[in-house]
Amino acid sequence: MTVSADPVDPSVDAEVPWRRLDLRMVVVEPVRTLVKFVPVLLVVLIIGSTNDPVRPWITLGIGVLVVVAGVVRWRTTRYRITAERVELHSGWLRRQRRSVPRDRIRTVDLTASPLHRAFRLSVVAVRAAESGGEHRNGGLTLDAVSTAEAETLRRELLDRRPAEPRSTPLARPVEPEAEVLARLHWSWLRFAPLTFSSLAGVGAIAAAGFNVLNELGVSPTDVDGVDAAAERLAAAPLWLAVGSVGLALLVVAVVGSLVLFTERWWGYRLTREADGTLRVRRGLLTTRSLSVAEERLRGVGVHEPLLLRAGGGAQTRALSTGLGREAQGGVLQPPAPRAEAHRVAGAALRRVPDEADPTRTPLLPHPPAARRRRYTRALLPVLVLVAAAAGVGRVWPGLGWIWPGTVVLVPLAALLAADRYRALGHALTPRHLVTRLGGLSRRTVALQRSGVIGWTVRQSPFQRRAGLVTLQAVTAAGEGGYRILDVGAADAVALAEATTPGLLPRSSAGCTEDLTDAASAPRRRARRA
Amino acid sequence: MQTGSTVPTALPLRPPAHRVDPRARSWWRLRGLGGAGVVALPQLVVALVLGGPGWLWGTFVATVVAGLCYAAVVPGILFRIHRWEVTDEAVYTLSGWLVREWRIAPISRVQTVDTEHGPLQQLLGLASVTVTTASARGPVTIRGLATAHAQELARQLTETTQATPGDAT
Repeated sequence: MTVSADPVDPSVDAEVPWRRLDLRMVVVEPVRTLVKFVPVLLVVLIIGSTNDPVRPWITLGIGVLVVVAGVVRWRTTRYRITAERVELHSGWLRRQRRSVPRDRIRTVDLTASPLHRAFRLSVVAVRAAESGGEHRNGGLTLDAVSTAEAETLRRELLDRRPAEPRSTPLARPVEPEAEVLARLHWSWLRFAPLTFSSLAGVGAIAAAGFNVLNELGVSPTDVDGVDAAAERLAAAPLWLAVGSVGLALLVVAVVGSLVLFTERWWGYRLTREADGTLRVRRGLLTTRSLSVAEERLRGVGVHEPLLLRAGGGAQTRALSTGLGREAQGGVLQPPAPRAEAHRVAGAALRRVPDEADPTRTPLLPHPPAARRRRYTRALLPVLVLVAAAAGVGRVWPGLGWIWPGTVVLVPLAALLAADRYRALGHALTPRHLVTRLGGLSRRTVALQRSGVIGWTVRQSPFQRRAGLVTLQAVTAAGEGGYRILDVGAADAVALAEATTPGLLPRSSAGCTEDLTDAASAPRRRARRA
Repeated sequence: MQTGSTVPTALPLRPPAHRVDPRARSWWRLRGLGGAGVVALPQLVVALVLGGPGWLWGTFVATVVAGLCYAAVVPGILFRIHRWEVTDEAVYTLSGWLVREWRIAPISRVQTVDTEHGPLQQLLGLASVTVTTASARGPVTIRGLATAHAQELARQLTETTQATPGDAT
């Protein structure tokens, strides 16, 4: 491979000329790097200013290096879009060549950090299909091009019709008609503290804050007032101290989650673009745009974590091929009222007007044996725990107070089991397979029938006795498979057969003998339907 | 779907047509013994060299007995249960001993076909064929086929899937 920084490399085929990232990256890249080094630079400057004349020069040297690196990166990064592929060449000493076939492109994300936005730039992340999880070179990132160029690229790359290879610089794109499916309601802010991801975000912010303090060499106890407050807390009675710290944490978490919600979902809009693509736009400081090509959409999931469910909320996600966890999890919506979540799910799947939202289809309950299994599975570990605690109390009488505490868990486990059974259900609509499960984290998934690319049926010895199986619809989207938990064995086969006609091996009457033989006679029990 | 049919407990689905190679029994047996050995050997070493507590001999003997029982009984059961079939429509397997697993992948959605020979399998002239679809949860593996048979099967499957257009998602 010849190293060449010339704008036009004559060795590659000259049909489609290479393009560069936006020239403004020459400024943005060094600034971004310098921002990362700010704590280090500060330390170097502060320590070095008085006693060592060399250190400011080191700092300057680092600065120059960073700027040069930025220029080199811009000079050596080239990309082009041919009729077949998207290609990205980058690197100077270590050259990288990435190439993604256009028919494998699943999603195109545009992200703009505040720095990018100041220069009217956007990062374009192209994600491609993963082939069975084997080769994970799932795409490439153009960091960054002008926002207008990003917009055109997005449309061009998601358009499945083979486009003319483009050579001229882009004119400002004409915005085609887009149908708005959902907008933000600020009343949804009430769901912000109810999502775990918000709380986790607060934790991340706190950790980052501590890190910065650490890098600057400041201990939190040096800050005025912190020590005094700690002393006063230590002097107070235990319940007061624990209570006030807990309250303070709660307030921080709630406020933090509200701030995060605002940052993430400001200006939220879900649209269906003229070419059918679903597009989520959001963000206050960092703006994000996630586009899901319609032919890549395999279904939707309505998620209801326990806290959010208790508050009457839910969140809708797209199940799309090539949309991993990293692609913003495919969220189509902020946490919203349950009805709104189902409505958006229906809209994303192009619900026909006189049809119910797929995720709100009345579901068939699972057999009573499934309820028994929920109770057994929830109560057994708790009862073992109670017994263990009682045993401990007997051996060491000093710890005798533990087991009455564990007894409290028994009714909680029973409630959870009842709730988990209530969640179980499945249905087959003309276009979708719908399944729901989960207590602490309930999820209703509507999967397109055509998106089912296989089945897995599992049966444990206990399920065998109860005449149940766990059916899993395998799909290329989302988590790769969605379970229908503890469904009657015959119903599972009927459901799979109805969903994908002709896929299951045609059964002939005499052939089941092996299996029933293996299941052995005493376990034969009629399933109570 | 929720008909009140009274069905025997296993899945009312025809099992796949073919058994695996009989040598697979030896493979499962050797694997079971190997696994028991890995657990038993350290116990023996500790008991002999360091003069460990008396109960260590008890667990050692228990491990060895369990391993021998497994090797004597389970491979036969596995051989009876494990089956596979490739129809015009799908690759279909049944596997497992305590937990049964039926797997079905449509031929039209197959992306890759791999054959695999572990050291033990090579010793016995066996191979596994894995059929991968676009889903991470979708691979179907047929274990314990005779090597030549596995290669022939993989070749056929590859030919069939290459004839299918599209990217199978």
